[in-house]
Amino acid sequence: MECQECKQNPATVHFAQVINGEKTEIHVCQQCAKEKGYVSQEEDAYSLHHLLSGLFNPKSSAMHHQSHKATDKELQCDKCGMTYQQFARIGKFGCATCYHTFSEHLNPLFRKVHSGNTAHEGKVPKRVGSDIFQRKKLRDLKVKLQQAIAEEAFEEAAEIRDEIRSLEKNLNHHEERDDS
Amino acid sequence: MSLEQFINEAISPWLKEDGPDSDIVMSSRVRLARNFEQSPFPLIADEKQMESILYFMEKEFNHRSYLQYKDLEFVKMAELKQVEKQVLVEKHLISPHLADKSKQGAALISKNEQVSIMVNEEDHIRAQLYFPGFQLEKALEQAFQLDDWLEEKIDYAFDENRGYLTSCPTNVGTGLRASVMMHLPALAITRKINRMIPAINQLGLVVRGIYGEGSEALGNIFQISNQVTLGRSEEDIIEDLKGVVDKLIEHERHARNLLMEQSELELEDRVFRSYGILQHSRIIESKETAKCLSDVRLGIDLGFIHHISKSILNELVVLTQPAFLQQYAKKMLTPNERDVFRASLIRERFTLEQKEEY
Repeated sequence: MECQECKQNPATVHFAQVINGEKTEIHVCQQCAKEKGYVSQEEDAYSLHHLLSGLFNPKSSAMHHQSHKATDKELQCDKCGMTYQQFARIGKFGCATCYHTFSEHLNPLFRKVHSGNTAHEGKVPKRVGSDIFQRKKLRDLKVKLQQAIAEEAFEEAAEIRDEIRSLEKNLNHHEERDDS
Repeated sequence: MSLEQFINEAISPWLKEDGPDSDIVMSSRVRLARNFEQSPFPLIADEKQMESILYFMEKEFNHRSYLQYKDLEFVKMAELKQVEKQVLVEKHLISPHLADKSKQGAALISKNEQVSIMVNEEDHIRAQLYFPGFQLEKALEQAFQLDDWLEEKIDYAFDENRGYLTSCPTNVGTGLRASVMMHLPALAITRKINRMIPAINQLGLVVRGIYGEGSEALGNIFQISNQVTLGRSEEDIIEDLKGVVDKLIEHERHARNLLMEQSELELEDRVFRSYGILQHSRIIESKETAKCLSDVRLGIDLGFIHHISKSILNELVVLTQPAFLQQYAKKMLTPNERDVFRASLIRERFTLEQKEEY
């Protein structure tokens, strides 16, 4: 089917318009659809977050919605001023602090978007996260220690234990310095 | 300016290099999303806050070098003409969002155009790295180094539990989007790709056309990328993607062999018809161009066509986009004029090829 406007390109945008109860079918190409204003430029950006914003209120029962409204209303990020309702509508955070402000609502959302995951596994910034990095390493070592003990690899376990001790010493040292 | 010169400037230098499995994988990309800890995200930041990010990035990183990427150039969107921004989009150096929507947007681009760091896009920082062919691990390795280099100066928004904090919940955690651009003509001809896409989606990966979200797979070029960014390490994400791409390569090669065994003449006919159209047409739209280019590239890979460089698909897919045509024409073109101009550019490009060979 060719575009009814330019009569050159194949029609790729199809829709029905109802004006005063009268239905007209429209078949145009992308180019003409844009020029005629049938589709806005936004249409191109139609993306995941449109779908996502539907995920914020998974329970559609009106009753449920009502009961939640009161608490949601109070949630507002004190850093950037974004409210939970705004966040739910546009599907984007306003600033880093929003993650704390809305934190109780985030796990169900993250689970849906990230195949059930809610916590980060992966790179940690070197400078900002040096303590985080150490703590993560510590946790990993403790797991390894348990494994080594379970496998009765005591020599290895002793090495890991020493490593843990020196890491812990380092971390404590850091914290003391921060306190002073 | 001669076409040869124009192409030299228009095609990113790295795209002309050969990479592993480059008969099927055109390029690999790794992108990291990062934000400044103290500033609101660009979505809601005011003009002044964005300006200060822009100023900071220019001051700290303009004309600096990291690894082999010398002299990163800081390009402000506000200082570019519409068509110039569009060209950067068509070269995949910036996103349509940065070109059209971002106030105070900018990009730090390396000389060879392999590295591009967008500033004030949806996130404060979107750093991306391209490699020719199938080189995801190398891309990740260098992206990590780029990230560390940026982090020396920037306090990132990072949370021990959630990872790197991004404006959109779909990027939180690693902020990593890894993608490969694949030419899969045999899987498309045999319609096997339609059955494979749902399976790929089930593995948490996304299949798109060449110009990203919502775009059609022009020229049988498919972009495969990860969807999940939280709860998996960057290495695991890359490993998963790599596994699927390996399989796709295997299937594409198998489908090519089958086509050659079962319908070599039909395939040869298809390739040379497309070759003829590209060489002789006077009016050609972008969709037909992409289809014919895909056939010709397949013809080169299968040995039907000699004397034409393999990069012709990569090159012409980019060159025949609207903004490039207009830049070469040095004026605005209506869609009809574009089709005429496109045909003549393609004919010229093929003539160039023959001059080189004989």
